Amino acid sequence: MTRTDDAELARLFRAAMAGDESAYAVFLERVARNVRGYCRRRIVQGGVEPEDVVQETLLAIHLKRHTWRQDEAVMPWVYAIARFKLIDAFRRRGRHVEVDIADVAETLAEPEKEEPLTRDIDRALGGLAPVQRSVVASISVEGSTIGETASALGMSESAVRVALHRGLKAIARRFMQE
Amino acid sequence: MDMRTDDLIKAIARDAAAPRHSLGRLLLGACVLAGVLAAIVFSVLLGPRTDFAEAAHTVRFLLKFVVTTTLAATALALVAELARPDARLGRRVALLAIAPAILLAAIPMEFAAIPSAEWGTRLLGTNSLICLTMIPLIGLGPLAIFLATLRQGAPTRPGLAGAACGLLAGGLAATFYAAHCFDDSPFFVATWYSLAIAILTLAGAAAGRLVLRW
Repeated sequence: MTRTDDAELARLFRAAMAGDESAYAVFLERVARNVRGYCRRRIVQGGVEPEDVVQETLLAIHLKRHTWRQDEAVMPWVYAIARFKLIDAFRRRGRHVEVDIADVAETLAEPEKEEPLTRDIDRALGGLAPVQRSVVASISVEGSTIGETASALGMSESAVRVALHRGLKAIARRFMQE
Repeated sequence: MDMRTDDLIKAIARDAAAPRHSLGRLLLGACVLAGVLAAIVFSVLLGPRTDFAEAAHTVRFLLKFVVTTTLAATALALVAELARPDARLGRRVALLAIAPAILLAAIPMEFAAIPSAEWGTRLLGTNSLICLTMIPLIGLGPLAIFLATLRQGAPTRPGLAGAACGLLAGGLAATFYAAHCFDDSPFFVATWYSLAIAILTLAGAAAGRLVLRW
């Protein structure tokens, strides 16, 4: 991760916080690639699925984005979260790992070819209220926009936004309990 | 059917827009709330000492507030940093030494000012048990408030973050308690206030490990 890469990611993340959805998607895809590489290098034994940690990290990045200082580098902040989630995943499976923060800063991402499939979607969405489940499924699996989801489900756009936000929080909680 | 990461990304991206929280505002609100709560518990259980106005002119009495408010301020700076996953602690931890240093600097002066026969009574004071009970009691509500606030942050060291909340609650509670207590000697403060604040700090560390999960 070079300084210019990080500056570009920080720019995308700031744009995302100003409401730019496509900048946010690009940011999250790039971050996911980096975090995937980070997790794969550290998970040498079975028991923890790297992609699970990637998803938990992405949700935490989203729900905790107010803890990033917008004038600072973004990847050290991302890796601090990834490391926390990785250790938490091992802890939940009764293992202990030492992850050295020092070897994190210079992590380089290798592009991933196949998109890993993890987590039964019923498992991810199962704990959600019916409305939240419909909204999250419409937006994630079907790829609809907020507006399309609103008219498909007969809801207002702001109700869709609220259901989406609460649904993401519920998924994050559910992942933590697994 | 599986939850694909790119599907999750689509959902998260649609939830763009400014986060509702700001760490600074959350902590500020927590401090106001904790201060009000501590003030209520203090005035119900203790209240200020009767000679507050005269005592306010003595160095020993004022020193107590310098030490406790310095502790609270430096602990708050640490709590604010520990709320972030990539917390950089070095300088903020070093700042915690200021309050003990002020207190320790006063101790040789007290040795010089007080005849040795009185050292023991100054150290033991008359309120040691009240001090050990009341500071944790006043600080308990604030500790809960600070921990609840940190749950909105992203602390990656839950034990340490909880301990910092305990120190902050301790500094706040001790500031109120100092207005009640007649034992102004630095000997007393260094012994009993420290113990009482240590109780809150340990409680904070233990609670932090339990509740600061995200």
